Amino acid sequence: MALAPAPSTGRFARTSHVARKELAQAVAKGVFGAMAAAMVLPLLLIVGYLVWLAWPSLALEFVLDVPRRGMTDGGIWPAFVGTLYLVGLSLVVSTPIGVLAAVYLNEYARDNWFNRVVHLAVINLAGVPSIVHALFGLGAFVYAARFGYSILSAALTLAIMTLPVIIASTREALASVPMAFREACWNVGATRWQTIQAVVLPNSISGILTGVILQVSRAAGETAPVMFTGAVFFKVVERGDLFPYALKDQCMALSMHLYTLATQVPNVKESLPYATAVVLLGSVLLVNASAIALRVFLRGRKRW
Amino acid sequence: MSHDAPPDTQLAARPQRPAWAVLGERALEALIRLSGMSAIFFVAAIFFFVLREAAPILVRDEFSLVQFLFSTEWYPTSASNVRYGTFALTVGTLSVTALAMLLAVPFGLGAAVYLSEFCAPRVRETLKITIELLSAIPSVVWGFVGLTVMSRLIVTTTGAPVGVNVLNGGIILALMSVPVIVSIGEDALKAVPDSYREAGLALGATRWQLVYRVLLPAARNGLLAAVLLGVGRAVGETMAVLMATGHAVHIPGSLLDSVRTLTANIAAELGEAPAGSDHYRVLFLTGTLLFLITFAVNLTADFVVRGIRRR
Repeated sequence: MALAPAPSTGRFARTSHVARKELAQAVAKGVFGAMAAAMVLPLLLIVGYLVWLAWPSLALEFVLDVPRRGMTDGGIWPAFVGTLYLVGLSLVVSTPIGVLAAVYLNEYARDNWFNRVVHLAVINLAGVPSIVHALFGLGAFVYAARFGYSILSAALTLAIMTLPVIIASTREALASVPMAFREACWNVGATRWQTIQAVVLPNSISGILTGVILQVSRAAGETAPVMFTGAVFFKVVERGDLFPYALKDQCMALSMHLYTLATQVPNVKESLPYATAVVLLGSVLLVNASAIALRVFLRGRKRW
Repeated sequence: MSHDAPPDTQLAARPQRPAWAVLGERALEALIRLSGMSAIFFVAAIFFFVLREAAPILVRDEFSLVQFLFSTEWYPTSASNVRYGTFALTVGTLSVTALAMLLAVPFGLGAAVYLSEFCAPRVRETLKITIELLSAIPSVVWGFVGLTVMSRLIVTTTGAPVGVNVLNGGIILALMSVPVIVSIGEDALKAVPDSYREAGLALGATRWQLVYRVLLPAARNGLLAAVLLGVGRAVGETMAVLMATGHAVHIPGSLLDSVRTLTANIAAELGEAPAGSDHYRVLFLTGTLLFLITFAVNLTADFVVRGIRRR
């Protein structure tokens, strides 16, 4: 008694239920895809529009020249150099602390209540509003530590503000080194620190570098924390002078310069604030893109 | 992990590390521990120093905390009738944040679902890079965009008298907090075990059925945390709202009214308040309030996330 082959209208046929199900699937995919695309669009539109309006001023000369005629004309050199100073100094302070903190969290810390508190502190440090960081910098560095309104105060404020960035990315880099590497090193008698120094850090240095680059871009764009701790509206600087500021000087900063041009200075040349925005945005995006490129390149080369 | 060498009775000839190397290593490890704890120290220091500048006003007789929190009258520089009521500012913050979340949450979670469940690996990489770049745009540039592009757009499309208002600030803040929501939301969806997906697919579910019947309920806590972190970002944002929301300290009646937020108020007035004056101290008190709000939001987000991990 052989079984007859199932008729083609059997249980695997395309019933109306299945068709409805697949339609819902297609609609959902389309809607979610559109939502994702809606995030790419603003980036392109904004960058495109800003570059379009900034075009008349965009030239190397714009970056190298100093502001002229009461900041209504000329370039952005003092602000550009000021930002380099602030970012450089804040990196010098926060990179060692951040990397060591990440080493502690990833290599030494055990899962107990104390390290839970450390973890929460890092999260909260990342969540403190930038204006509160500014208030802290003003209260702690400018007044309590008597550094005054200076590059030093502003850079220290920036350093604390960007600390969570370097901690998070370094931690990720360290965590990506396989446990077996460490175990192999311990088994030949190395101490914990020898293992970190000889095995863990060399294998994660590129990831740490990516973190540092991201920190640069974050620090360069911040306005509020430097606005009240050391950045000023205007400062006389020679055209193209590379070392115009001392540690206790006040300086101009690119982000604050954009704010000033956009809101405080009357009769600015039309394209000037746009060009400033493009230089700031361009530098930040370029730095970020290089971090991303480095990461993609390194992931391709990874041997484990 | 213990660093003590085993007792060396039989292996007396084994080469020992010089004392300075051992001591140096101890010192370095102490430094590492210290750096690890630095985050606690910094968070405490931020609270301490901001509160320290604010504290003297709290004990003044003329100052009332109830008035500070619930009065809508903010006349910090008035000659005869000085009032420090931040309620209108709080409402300003809430209205802009609420509008931003109304826009950013559906888009952010939708994009997170698309990234994690629907799209091809190549598309995903491209989108993730774009989102990373979007989140890297400095807040002052967003503010500038709000002040120029968005405000012109709003004036021409709605006919509002001024383009810097709740709507403008909300859109800008939505664009700023969407990357946070997408990346945390995607992590939450990724954290759902693949066996859930396989079980669903084996029963004949489509991807979409899988998403709303299995993944969204399973990743509920993580998605909630993503939204909370987006809220935290929006509440704390300063420069963008300073430039995009206008400067009217009053309770907004419509989307096209200008408002001022708690953060923007500090940024706008701190430069003019003489150090040590009541006005200056009230601004620091506002800072303390902001610190506590974002602290609570971030803590809640973390507990919510931890909830799923433990399960």
